[in-house]
Amino acid sequence: MKFTEFRVILQSKLTQNHMSDIASKVRSIIVDKLGVDENEVTPEASFTNDLGADSLDTVELIMEFEKEFNLSIPDDQAENIQTVGQAITYLEANAK
Amino acid sequence: MRRVVVTGLGALTPLGNSVQDYWNGLVQGRSGAAPITRFDASKFRTQFAAEVKGFDPENHMDRKEARKMDPYTHYAMVTAEEAFMDAGLHQFKIDGERAGVIWGSGIGGLYTVFHEFKSYFEGDGIPKFNPFFVPKMISDIAAGYLSIQYGFHGPNYTTVSACASSNNAIIDAFNYIRWGVADLFITGGSEAAVNEPGVAGFNAMKALSERNDDPATASRPFDLNRDGFVLGEGGAALILESLDHALARGARIYAEIGGAGLSADAHHITAPHPEGLGATLVMRNALRDAGLVPSEIDYINVHGTSTPLGDLSEIKAIQNVFGEDAYRLNVSSTKSMTGHLLGAAGAAEAVASILAIVHGTVPPTINHFTDDPAFDPRINLTFNAPQSRTVRAALSNTFGFGGHNTSVVFKAYQA
Repeated sequence: MKFTEFRVILQSKLTQNHMSDIASKVRSIIVDKLGVDENEVTPEASFTNDLGADSLDTVELIMEFEKEFNLSIPDDQAENIQTVGQAITYLEANAK
Repeated sequence: MRRVVVTGLGALTPLGNSVQDYWNGLVQGRSGAAPITRFDASKFRTQFAAEVKGFDPENHMDRKEARKMDPYTHYAMVTAEEAFMDAGLHQFKIDGERAGVIWGSGIGGLYTVFHEFKSYFEGDGIPKFNPFFVPKMISDIAAGYLSIQYGFHGPNYTTVSACASSNNAIIDAFNYIRWGVADLFITGGSEAAVNEPGVAGFNAMKALSERNDDPATASRPFDLNRDGFVLGEGGAALILESLDHALARGARIYAEIGGAGLSADAHHITAPHPEGLGATLVMRNALRDAGLVPSEIDYINVHGTSTPLGDLSEIKAIQNVFGEDAYRLNVSSTKSMTGHLLGAAGAAEAVASILAIVHGTVPPTINHFTDDPAFDPRINLTFNAPQSRTVRAALSNTFGFGGHNTSVVFKAYQA
């Protein structure tokens, strides 16, 4: 294998790890804050409709994501994070 | 006006986490005081308190709910549940529109305030206040949670009058029932101030005992060497019902509320009136409201916090009101065992007074070592051991900073 190929493979592995790491952290925050079972936390699960969150829970979740991933989520973008999958996608794209 | 009876009790105290354990502790004359475990108190002037022990809110509610509540609300939820079950209300269809909650707390969510402020001041200046900060902290939220838990749509609020708070709650609930506004109340109070600002704040006022070498004997009301109160925490709950409502559902009746008194010292923000003026007025008001004369009271559960001035003025007031009858009745301060539960004191002592009537036993004032010549020795302060006597009626006093005085008359129920 050429060195450059190795680098590509390594990089994609790192990225994958980075991604699954974010997803698993997001899931564990949701389990912790909403007191739900881990297998309920599917990508399409909505915080309010499926996981029993009220408006304050949702605010707290966003704040926990900000704290965990050291970023600031503007309100207009936070409004679009309503499912587990949306949270993971947003954080994978924006987390440092 | 309608008659009002007590049909359920709940308690979470430094002596035990149920009414039964609390009463056992009272008649055994145990102290609930010990070195502080809630935080490192090694640099505090007072390093002990009467803490609730072995309590985990997650044994009573799910973690998600528990996390959103300050400890004072945990205590409210758990004591109310015990009282609700004790009254057999889980087996009865309650008309929610005729049922209310009036709760007492002197301070509310002090723990929550302290920790939220602490993380702000330790942070980078960008506020990251938790969205549950306000609803956790506010002192009315326990009443709100209880209404949600039980579906009670009647009157709902919290009374705040420092250490008189839960007596005010009981009195308001009593009034609404006798006036016909509602048929049933969950009432009582809770407090959770064994934390850094709670201890340091009362220390700064020189209100607390500093007997660090012997916490268990530090709360010694009426003893010559009393040096301040012992900070306690916990809660207690009562189910009050109109007599008709209780009879219609075949409820067990612990006691009847005979009447209640309210007054103010109008003297000083924290010091009691030296002649016990407000305390005199409040006991007179309570007796008049109950239609009783002094000779009909057999027991006074005093405010008796173990402070040099407070104990003196309360005894003067008892002598003012009761005259020669002051030498016939029993007086005791259960704070000698529980410490001072602040806003929950009235409710915890209501439970003690009611059970004194039920069991014919007056719980003691423990930790009496040296007589104080300021007190007339003919007054039976029930020192060190419980006393058996028929208690036809008991008066329960609580007084709060600000000069708020409250007194409730409980009497044996007679059809």
